Amino acid sequence: MARAHVITTVNGDPVEFLCDTEQTLLDVLRDELHLTGSKEGCASGDCGACSVIVDGRLVCACLMLGVEAQGHSIETIEGMAGGDRLHPLQTKFLEHAALQCGVCTPGFLVAAKSLLERNPDPTETEVRYWLAGNLCRCTGYDKIVRAVLDAAQEMRGG
Amino acid sequence: MAAQNGGTTNGGTRWIGTRPVRPDGVDKVTGRARFGADLHLPNMLVGKVLRSPHAHARIRSIDTSAALALPGVKAIVTRDDFDDLPSEFVPAGEMLINYRDVVRNVMAREKALFEGHPLAAVAATSEKVAKEALDLIRVDYEVLPHVLDIDEAIAPDAPLLHEDMITAGVEPPPSAPSNVAKVVEFAHGDVEAGFAEADVVVEREFSTQPVHQGYIEPHSCVASFAEDGQAELWCTTQGHFVVRGHCAKLLGMEVSKLRVTASEIGGGFGGKTVVYLEPLALALSRKSGHPVKMTMSREEVFRASGPAPGTWARVRVGVTKDGRITAGEAELKYQAGAFQGSPVQPGCMCAFAPYDLEHVKVTGYDVVVNRPKVAAYRAPGAPQSEYAVESIIDELAKRIGMDPVELRLKNAAREGTRAAYGPTFGPIGLVETLEAARSHEHYRAPLAPGRGRGVASGFWFNIGGETCATLNLGEDGTIALVAGTPDIGGSRAALCLQTAEALGVDVEKIRPLIGDTSTLGYTFLTGGSRTAFASGLAVIEASKDMIGQLCERAAKIWNIPVDAVEWADGEARPAGANAGEFDPLTLADLAGVAGKTGGPIVGRAQINAQGAGPSFGTHLVDVDVDRETGRVTIERYTVIQDAGKAVHPSYVEGQLQGGAVQGIGWALNEEYVYDEYGRLQNPGFLDYRIPVCSDVPMIDTVIVEVANPTHPYGVRGVGETPIVPPMAAIANAVEGALGIRFTDLPMSPPRVLKALEEAHIPEAAD
Ligand code: FES
Ligand code: FES
Repeated sequence: MARAHVITTVNGDPVEFLCDTEQTLLDVLRDELHLTGSKEGCASGDCGACSVIVDGRLVCACLMLGVEAQGHSIETIEGMAGGDRLHPLQTKFLEHAALQCGVCTPGFLVAAKSLLERNPDPTETEVRYWLAGNLCRCTGYDKIVRAVLDAAQEMRGG
Repeated sequence: MAAQNGGTTNGGTRWIGTRPVRPDGVDKVTGRARFGADLHLPNMLVGKVLRSPHAHARIRSIDTSAALALPGVKAIVTRDDFDDLPSEFVPAGEMLINYRDVVRNVMAREKALFEGHPLAAVAATSEKVAKEALDLIRVDYEVLPHVLDIDEAIAPDAPLLHEDMITAGVEPPPSAPSNVAKVVEFAHGDVEAGFAEADVVVEREFSTQPVHQGYIEPHSCVASFAEDGQAELWCTTQGHFVVRGHCAKLLGMEVSKLRVTASEIGGGFGGKTVVYLEPLALALSRKSGHPVKMTMSREEVFRASGPAPGTWARVRVGVTKDGRITAGEAELKYQAGAFQGSPVQPGCMCAFAPYDLEHVKVTGYDVVVNRPKVAAYRAPGAPQSEYAVESIIDELAKRIGMDPVELRLKNAAREGTRAAYGPTFGPIGLVETLEAARSHEHYRAPLAPGRGRGVASGFWFNIGGETCATLNLGEDGTIALVAGTPDIGGSRAALCLQTAEALGVDVEKIRPLIGDTSTLGYTFLTGGSRTAFASGLAVIEASKDMIGQLCERAAKIWNIPVDAVEWADGEARPAGANAGEFDPLTLADLAGVAGKTGGPIVGRAQINAQGAGPSFGTHLVDVDVDRETGRVTIERYTVIQDAGKAVHPSYVEGQLQGGAVQGIGWALNEEYVYDEYGRLQNPGFLDYRIPVCSDVPMIDTVIVEVANPTHPYGVRGVGETPIVPPMAAIANAVEGALGIRFTDLPMSPPRVLKALEEAHIPEAAD
């Protein structure tokens, strides 16, 4: 079957790709565009390792088809740092040692960024429930939650 | 010999115990870090595995002809592509594996022994074609009755997984085969005499369910075979040297022809110490002439990679009224999965390790069942047996009216105690963790009505082993550190800190990498909590080697004898007034002139690290139980553990927190659900529910430091012990809240509800 031609925006840049109609957005990002920062932990929407932001909404890239990216704007972990400067969340994750193996980290960062965009001053409970769709098996979440709260404070200018 | 003071100032440490940003950190927060599935090679094929739908079946025939004819299919391998191997046990993690079993585990031969057992693997030009090909492979099965649980497996008329399995460790050997692979026993003293001295004896039976390590990154690898028989393998593993050895054996290769590179690893917890896909990918690549990538789906990870064993235990402990434990006895039966080799032996050895006991006896049974072969999971074998013992200790404390920390302190193993499993302990920190628990604000905080507080201790051995490291001095005085232990949780940071300390140089000047199997000598895997200790010892040795060379170069420049040169604070200095007046030479000074003073400077070490100090921990937990839903909520949690010396305290805390939360999942939720056909019903993160962020509170940590005398900075392994105490601590807390003792894990809402209902039955019957 002919592959679909898709025109979309990834991390602010215009992108075109061909994909099979059953390929997920995650497959496309990883296998066609070689943006392997988004991870596949489950392919069923349960781990959040594939988190991306589509038109401002947090989405599991494994639950969206590549062809559905047509005309939309996708943000991935690869677009999070601006030039040579890390995003405050990235800096705080490093300072707080909020990662061990780091495979969940891109998903957590994208999800946390999406949280802080809509709620710049979340409580610990709000952070925990927002991030409940992202699994981390290494850290026990403690340092992740602290890093997000600290980044939120810094981004508020506090 | 040049004088060396290890670069420390005033006997203290300058780098050990600090918290720099980890050297691999930026790659991991930007998506740059390359994990197992992140490698793409030109002309790469996709490999997929056909797996048995039956828990137990004889394989009459496998017909791959239709699949091979499918356009895009480049190679298929089955049992016919792997030579059978004789029985030979080799170490994998803390356990032994038998090559005869490994070759059967990666590809079924005579029988499929669990649902998910590989039967064939296909390499094709796309995942889609590979999957279509799997559907075209015809397997003729003779379905056999299966056994999932220990009771079924040891019943006299049980179907046998291995018709030739004669129980080892029994004298005289049984005449008939069974599903019991091995019986082990550890004992000293006379337990019956000990029980006769007791005022209170408690005996109970316990069970735990298999739980998966649950690493977020599925198994993945890329294999590439060249026409001359040399091959490269990229994979996510805890030990690429071990993978090399296993794969070379299974493929009939010389190890030097196989170069294995460890990718970044997305969690392992023991589960990535064995091979699954790697030999299949290599065989497919050899047959097709293309690189082949294979990645498990999450479902495959659950169905076919090793969980920790489900277990049964009967434990009996006696105590006097004044709190002296007089005897401990345990019988443990562990599921091995489809092939022998459950961690029942370490389970037996750990069961009573926290206690100084005169009379102790532990017997263990290794039982095969039609489930995936178990793999190591963080302190393999210990959480299950210590859960049972620590539950009984709690009950005994209540029975004699003694504080549970007090009872533990009275009987705690300490330096000089003969461990229940044999050796005599050196300096250990159990007493210190218990004292820290007793004086912790958490232990004395008032408890809200209806809540319960639990405490439990735990033990793990920790290991050393074969380890290499290299320090390559760059021409500007910076250092490339090459280690052979995959970095699973920040160990590169810990190795850089130890190197910085030993050399007396800024940690920022050291860049670490994990070398492939051709860059270093054999290095055992990341497991047994050995990396910060054993690779740490290796980088310290390599630093000494480098310091020796640096002092020689300085001696040459100054034209004085080398023993008149000392190394301190990162520079060569004349050792005392008699040596002469010279300005110190820094690492950068010496590196810059290395070419003129004798050539490149490389510090090397190849060691067999001995003397890993065991680590003890004590956990405190407060729970609340919802009497309507049966849900147990962790309200507060404190982990106290002896780290010997915390090299990078943030990552030590992270180990304690992560282990505790895995234990919380084990205690409260995680279990495998099988149907009557032996098929797993919950092979996904939705139905196999590991703790999520909103399930847990902050996890407080207290690091106790009782130096390990065999390490220059006192380091002990820390990674495994924290998963040992949570199950008992939580069960003890639930008992405190409800007055009901749970002896079967998990304490999931349906089970808690059922227990609450049953607790009311006597009232209703009255
Ligand atoms: S891979 Fe998308 S949620 Fe797990
Ligand atoms: S750091 Fe390993 S899964 Fe989160």
